[in-house]
Amino acid sequence: MRVPTMAEMMANGETPEILFWVGCAGSFDDRAKKITKAIVKILNKCQVNFAVLGTEESCSGDPAKRAGNEFTFQMQAMMNIEVMNAYEVKKIVTACPHCFNTLKNEYPELGGNYEVIHHTQLIQDLINTGKLALEGGETFKGKKITFHDPCYLGRANDVYEAPRSLIEKLDAELVEMKRCKTKGLCCGAGGAQMFKEAEKGNKEINVERTEDALETQAEIIATGCPFCNTMMTDGVKNFEKEGDVKVMDVAELIAHAADL
Amino acid sequence: MEIILFAILLSAGVGFFAYNAWKVRYNILLGQDIDRSDRKGERIKTMILVAFGQKKMFSRPIPALLHLALYVAFIITQIELIEIAIDGLSGHHRFFYFKLGGFYTFMISFIEILSVLAFVATLAFLIRRNLLKLPRFTMKELIGWPTKDANLILLMEIVLICCIFSMNGADEVLYSRGGSHVAFAKGNFDFAISSCLGPMLFENLSIDVLHVIERIGWWGHILMVFAFLNYLPYSKHFHILLAFPNTFYSNLEQKGKFTNMESVTNEVKLMLDPNADPYATPANPDEAPKRFGAKDVTDLTWKNLLDAYTCTECGRCSSSCPANVTGKLLSPRKIMMDTRDRLVEVGENFRKHGKGYDDGKSLIGDYITEEEIWACTSCNACVQECPVNIDPLSIIVDLRRYLVMEESKVPSELTGMLTNIENNGAPWQFAQTERLNWANED
Repeated sequence: MRVPTMAEMMANGETPEILFWVGCAGSFDDRAKKITKAIVKILNKCQVNFAVLGTEESCSGDPAKRAGNEFTFQMQAMMNIEVMNAYEVKKIVTACPHCFNTLKNEYPELGGNYEVIHHTQLIQDLINTGKLALEGGETFKGKKITFHDPCYLGRANDVYEAPRSLIEKLDAELVEMKRCKTKGLCCGAGGAQMFKEAEKGNKEINVERTEDALETQAEIIATGCPFCNTMMTDGVKNFEKEGDVKVMDVAELIAHAADL
Repeated sequence: MEIILFAILLSAGVGFFAYNAWKVRYNILLGQDIDRSDRKGERIKTMILVAFGQKKMFSRPIPALLHLALYVAFIITQIELIEIAIDGLSGHHRFFYFKLGGFYTFMISFIEILSVLAFVATLAFLIRRNLLKLPRFTMKELIGWPTKDANLILLMEIVLICCIFSMNGADEVLYSRGGSHVAFAKGNFDFAISSCLGPMLFENLSIDVLHVIERIGWWGHILMVFAFLNYLPYSKHFHILLAFPNTFYSNLEQKGKFTNMESVTNEVKLMLDPNADPYATPANPDEAPKRFGAKDVTDLTWKNLLDAYTCTECGRCSSSCPANVTGKLLSPRKIMMDTRDRLVEVGENFRKHGKGYDDGKSLIGDYITEEEIWACTSCNACVQECPVNIDPLSIIVDLRRYLVMEESKVPSELTGMLTNIENNGAPWQFAQTERLNWANED
């Protein structure tokens, strides 16, 4: 696995085409790190000229902003923008819809103007341009896969098609939950809820959402967000179904299918 | 005599409405400024699709069709109202009848058919609310006045439709006997519904009684219209007018984009700029420093306040809210209802005691609790669902901003998360220097 950093590239006088924004979950969460690696394997395989910020990356500020702390958010944003502008970053791919949304929509006004895409969009492009072939690996032919729309990818940014097209490329049977796309139900982690206990209610949101997913009889619940992944994994455990149903990021499915 | 009475009623009805509409406008303009004057073409398109075309209603087809029947009937009936106004002021009877000929029959017949559909829809709505008790119509925030308000409007619509058919039906029978004021001869209007319904109901009545019924229908119709018009500013039903400006001024940005607070940007820039002079005079020294976030309705934008007046309490937002469906206290509809109720109170206070009067109450605390706003996942389902593009999320976020930045009231687990971001650039306690460790792990 080759993971060049922006600093190394710059020292060698090189400019990467695209910055891979890993995000906090992708850097530190054990489950999400696997997703990060799957993405890197795909980037390596397709010889994408990319780099990461590594230890120069810092939280995008999303959870602070959603929690109402605009100061912390803007401090983070301005520091990140300073770093990225110094490296003359033009294009960014993120592994997390929250970073994706913040970098794409909220950074421009603060001086950070980049083309930002989600990893499912990048992978879709790699397959469509023939750079990535899904062969030799695990086959998903005919398997039932359902896709849980991350709020910050779907409703927040209208990306519904890219992750679904990838699942269809696996030759799998894409089964939709009763609440999907614009009507998709949140996993319960957004708006800084990931970092606190839920308010008093009669059910956990991730349990409600996992019921939707289990109803489809899918063998795999696919997501495109490390936080959704955590919430859905916990939900599946709640129903003691972890033996039958796997929760995976679309990037992992693709990496498996391409034998990476 | 009738003409004078009508003229008085007309000017009183329109005048009182204008006065109430002015109050609503005054209240909405108590909000903070926000620029929504850009992208006019896109705004007009949004208004035509969402308000006029009811695009978002159709994600739930059954109520959408029922609502469409009422909506189209309401719009087309306005043509008949023009005639009523002309007749009322001039003493004519069915002024357009001979002017328009066959088209008149077609137009009134069209209105009658739509009125029957509207009647059926209104009954269906009453049944959905009161017998089927759909979950979104039985939530806590609707107990009391909001439920009465909703039923009252539906009953007014039923009375209105009954008036239309009494008027047309009685006139139809009168005309067939040569007693209608429309002409001295015998004849038939041939209205689609009344030509059958009239004889069925009124055949055995005398001409005098029929004249009374016809007048009751005519006056009842116009009185209901005036009553309805003047009830609007007090009711959730104001959406029939405000849906249009509200969708025109929609947020056209991606839903995930939250506003960047400019006041914060300036301070952060000062903090990060080594050459900044911390003692420099602010750009506008006379301007009182604004509050961070929203404590009360006057801290919200005028669009938030327009949203509140536009809300018709249909509850699509709350029925799709992940917090609400799992039993949490948060209900986006209640956020909008509370905002409006508080705004009405603040507006009254300001007009009575002078602008800026403080009654010691505020939107957060006295109307909306902290528990409600901390239950939000910012998933945008409520924003997506609203058929008239109301944005409850932006109010929730502004209330959070006030709590966090002005009062330092943060749920304790979030304090840890925020401290971690400030200290080590991640919501968890991992050092930034370890950020690339994953690359070397197996």
